[in-house]
Amino acid sequence: MAKRSSSEAVAWLLFSAGGVVSALLAPILLLLFGVIFPLGVLAPPEHAHMEAVLRHPLTQVVLLGLCVLSLLHWAHRFRYALHEGLQLKRLRAPINLLCYGGAIAGSLWAAVVVFG
Amino acid sequence: MPDTITLQVTRYRPDADGPPTLQEYVVPLREEWAVLDGLNYIKDQLDGTLSFRWSCRMGICGSCGMTVNGDPALTCGTFLTDYAPGPVRVEPLANFPVIRDLVVEIDDFMRKLPEVKPWLVREDGEALDDVEFLQTPAEMDEYKQYSMCINCMLCYAACPVYGLEPDFLGPAAIALAQRYNLDSRDQGAHQRLDVLATAEGIWACTYVGECTTACPKGVDPAGAIQRYKLTAATRTLRSFLMPWRAR
Repeated sequence: MAKRSSSEAVAWLLFSAGGVVSALLAPILLLLFGVIFPLGVLAPPEHAHMEAVLRHPLTQVVLLGLCVLSLLHWAHRFRYALHEGLQLKRLRAPINLLCYGGAIAGSLWAAVVVFG
Repeated sequence: MPDTITLQVTRYRPDADGPPTLQEYVVPLREEWAVLDGLNYIKDQLDGTLSFRWSCRMGICGSCGMTVNGDPALTCGTFLTDYAPGPVRVEPLANFPVIRDLVVEIDDFMRKLPEVKPWLVREDGEALDDVEFLQTPAEMDEYKQYSMCINCMLCYAACPVYGLEPDFLGPAAIALAQRYNLDSRDQGAHQRLDVLATAEGIWACTYVGECTTACPKGVDPAGAIQRYKLTAATRTLRSFLMPWRAR
């Protein structure tokens, strides 16, 4: 009989968390910084104010969490798209490395940007 | 409304050479006739060599599932008039090996079904014959939807994951496991966890949702699988955090 798979459970939990977090937060951030502030619908915050918000540890943790979970969401989905959509299951190991390795590399980069 | 409609039916005879072919039959088009009535007309009046499974004609037995114009359907509940003026293509269920004409081999499903123990499991050793298990209407509502499954396998024919990955436990088996997991009288949930929370079990499902669309009985296997993923993931986390309580 097949064995219970803890790694699949963890990958799915992170995938779900990433889906929820990116669906909730990403549109708000895109709307604010991509539409509302550039169009002048609302006055954008002062640079010093924005800098202070971004240097606050809570903001940094939330932004990093958003980046990490969204990347893990992408990794899981892209892995299945390659495995099943493109029928590349024979390349399981390199695909897993590409997807989850990519997500980890992206997370490290996000940490450098957020905390740097 | 025309008087007749053309059925294009898959013929496949293992004793004859060649791949499956479509054969056309013209059958009467009557308002009350389902695709199955058309097939029975062919069998009785036009060509007695056509093979297909059927039994109850009322959407209970689950034997007359076929692919009608590309979609998995119970042929007893799919009416010819909905396809007028035709033609209507009738093929065997997808994702299953064909034995002959419209008859498919269902051994894989029959082997998987008992793996999830789709019966009430009791661990307390009570003599079941002597006990009455009472249940409130709310407790029954928890699982009732999943108990409507008639094992017609339309969900397996609709599932693209099962088509690619024949080891996948499949929608109906997982939904039936949930039917018993959610039953207040059952104590076998942790036994089923070992079968369900595997790479070939719930984790193979990518939530395409075609199983739920195909189900003729209103069961929601996709929802059952998704819900069980959360249960299994929570159990896994708990076994990481509290290994002494893991089973």
